[in-house]
Amino acid sequence: MSHRTREQLAAEAVELLGRIEGPGKPLTVRDRLAIPPQEMPQQDPVKRCSNMNEVALGYTPEQARLESMRCLQCKNAPCIEGCPVRINIPAFLAAAAEGKFQHSIDIIKKSSLLPAVCGRVCPQEVQCQLHCTVGKALKDINKAVSIGRVERYVADLERESGKLETPAVKPETGRKVAVIGSGPASITVAADVRREGHGVTMFEAFHKPGGVMMYGIPEFRLPKAIVQKEIETLIAMGVDVKTSFVVGRTRKLSDLIEKDGFDAVFVGTGAGLPKFMNIEGENLVGVYSANEFLTRVNLMRAYDRAHADTPIANSRRVAVLGGGNVAMDAARSAVRLGAQEVHLVYRRTEAEMPARIEEVAHAREEGVVFHMLQNAKKIIGDDMSHVRAMECLRYELGTPDESGRRRPVEIKGSEFIMEVDTVVVAIGNDSNPLIKQTTPQMVTSKWGNIIIDNKGKTSIDKVYAGGDIVLGAATVILAMGQGRTAAASINELLAEK
Amino acid sequence: MNKIIEKKQLSKEVFLLKVHAPLIAQERKPGQFVIVQLNSEFGERIPLTIADADPAGGTITLIFQAVGKTTHNMADLNPGDQIENLLGPLGTPTHIEKFGTVVCVGGGIGVAPLHPIAQGMKQAGNRVIIIMGARNRELIILENRMKAIADGLIICTDDGSYGRKCLVTEPLKELCGGSPKPDMVVAIGPPVMMKFCAATTRPFAIPTVVSLNTIMIDGTGMCGGCRVTVGGKTKFVCVDGPEFDGHQVDFDNMIKRLDAYRPQEEKAHEKCHVDEALKGKK
Repeated sequence: MSHRTREQLAAEAVELLGRIEGPGKPLTVRDRLAIPPQEMPQQDPVKRCSNMNEVALGYTPEQARLESMRCLQCKNAPCIEGCPVRINIPAFLAAAAEGKFQHSIDIIKKSSLLPAVCGRVCPQEVQCQLHCTVGKALKDINKAVSIGRVERYVADLERESGKLETPAVKPETGRKVAVIGSGPASITVAADVRREGHGVTMFEAFHKPGGVMMYGIPEFRLPKAIVQKEIETLIAMGVDVKTSFVVGRTRKLSDLIEKDGFDAVFVGTGAGLPKFMNIEGENLVGVYSANEFLTRVNLMRAYDRAHADTPIANSRRVAVLGGGNVAMDAARSAVRLGAQEVHLVYRRTEAEMPARIEEVAHAREEGVVFHMLQNAKKIIGDDMSHVRAMECLRYELGTPDESGRRRPVEIKGSEFIMEVDTVVVAIGNDSNPLIKQTTPQMVTSKWGNIIIDNKGKTSIDKVYAGGDIVLGAATVILAMGQGRTAAASINELLAEK
Repeated sequence: MNKIIEKKQLSKEVFLLKVHAPLIAQERKPGQFVIVQLNSEFGERIPLTIADADPAGGTITLIFQAVGKTTHNMADLNPGDQIENLLGPLGTPTHIEKFGTVVCVGGGIGVAPLHPIAQGMKQAGNRVIIIMGARNRELIILENRMKAIADGLIICTDDGSYGRKCLVTEPLKELCGGSPKPDMVVAIGPPVMMKFCAATTRPFAIPTVVSLNTIMIDGTGMCGGCRVTVGGKTKFVCVDGPEFDGHQVDFDNMIKRLDAYRPQEEKAHEKCHVDEALKGKK
């Protein structure tokens, strides 16, 4: 696919919009379906491999309007059913189609707190866009209305215009809530609870707040300035953000309630402990969990070798194990760190990969080599215990497993060697044991995830939870949805007294 | 931000900082550590064990050797300066109970984290024998504090400039073979020393605890950079440790992992010295 510049796409959109609006007639369904899906302008694939800047550059105003005009305004709005926080999608698209971008973002913000983030990282193709009538009519999910891209456009426009207003906070109630963690679930709780006039203290173990959006998702997919802006908004609302504070160790959860006078606590500590494959050679030098690899690159900024104190391997041939967004992030980071070859090894096929379609496409464009139906059997080291190669096995798809996906079955005797010097394991996370270890009365699942009721409450009075610590590794939007639920329950609890 | 209250130079490369950290001082238990980062933008995060704490005064004591860029920069800090980020206390505290006779072995800077453990073991009613080792007399730290705790104190130096001229494993072996036989050994120091202490006690079947100081980033179980092989299983030093059964730890693998960034670290440390020399010239 040849790369089309933002200028080219902008000019086409201006021309097309002129043609559509020229006659001054209302658009028919047929007209709407005839508008071509607007391509996201992006950095040139060759150039972007050597920088960390965002890849997707965002729609132009004309593109945003055209894409919004593609929406058929279905009465039953199936897209809303697909949205975990039930944004009124047809309404915000209708406003954007008319160029009323401020009105459009106002509609989104009634339901979502992090539109600039979700517009970028939500897996729209399995949520809102999966149900889109346009995609169905055109028999191609990739031709559904790009709801996320329009969401991103109107959110960016508001932020960049400097018109972003700090949400109003009701008069102080004198009550206070502790929010543990500072990722998407916690940010949502902090904002929703603070709005009601309750004091909020947010505790973050790292030196910078933002959780997985800071340490995990790379700059080229989610610019850190956007996350920082969300945190600044919280601070402007009066939320007290304490970094380098790990609840469970610096202070026990029970002490927050019993000694420090917090009226409620929200636990949003996220997915923790990276999973490994438990194969031979996994502790060799040069084997990273994706968490470690991405934290070094993003939060610790190891890509900036001239300034960062935190080192990262000078890899030449990298294998990334896994098929999710985190695997794509790791592979694409490795490309940008200067690796000559990056191999993505996944034991199922591309159809089963949980990563966003766009990330898979971007990884391909950037030269990541995909190895489907393969998996590592062992990692082989040299005499210095550095990774030298990986022994892999080939797989075929068998009968469906409990997740409904066809189970990969190894092909006996299919072993082969892949020469690599770095292996990044991106096969998910187990739950972090810290809160559980230090709060024995907290009821968790056998995987260590905190169990909550439908109001977001844990087994402990006044303690709520949400996000990945409850869900296992999930998405920003689901974390935000759970945050909303917990915040509503906390506000209800505090209003009662 | 954590203000430095007091600074002492214990030997040529070893420094003591007393840092204002009231919550950590209150919560910390023997065996626990902190993560230090001097600069939020580009600084690295390093684990350091807590040598002592004063809950009433709200301070903790860190003892470290200036071996890399961050520890070198820490050594340049003075009372009144701030440590930008200090996270803790982390790790599972030492299991302290009345075992009977406990031998505490500390090598070099390892004496610092050993101090609160020896103190705890003594308070729990154990007979505590302490073996301290270093390359030379210059590098022996906390001798008086350890003497105050110990029922017996043995000092060894590699060059014989102080105490016995031998490695710590020599008196350890004698104690293991003597009477009363130690009920527990705690060894903290360079990985090679811990490896050989574990090898020394193994034939005597004396439980031996070692405290590992591996490369870490978050220190809370998220990154897995600190992982070690213990009894054939992968363990995270930050949340499963830092203390493990020394007879089960794969020290050779741990030593290799500690050296993963040696070239980069040496370059960065070297640059500190060059920068300092240039500053001196101005």
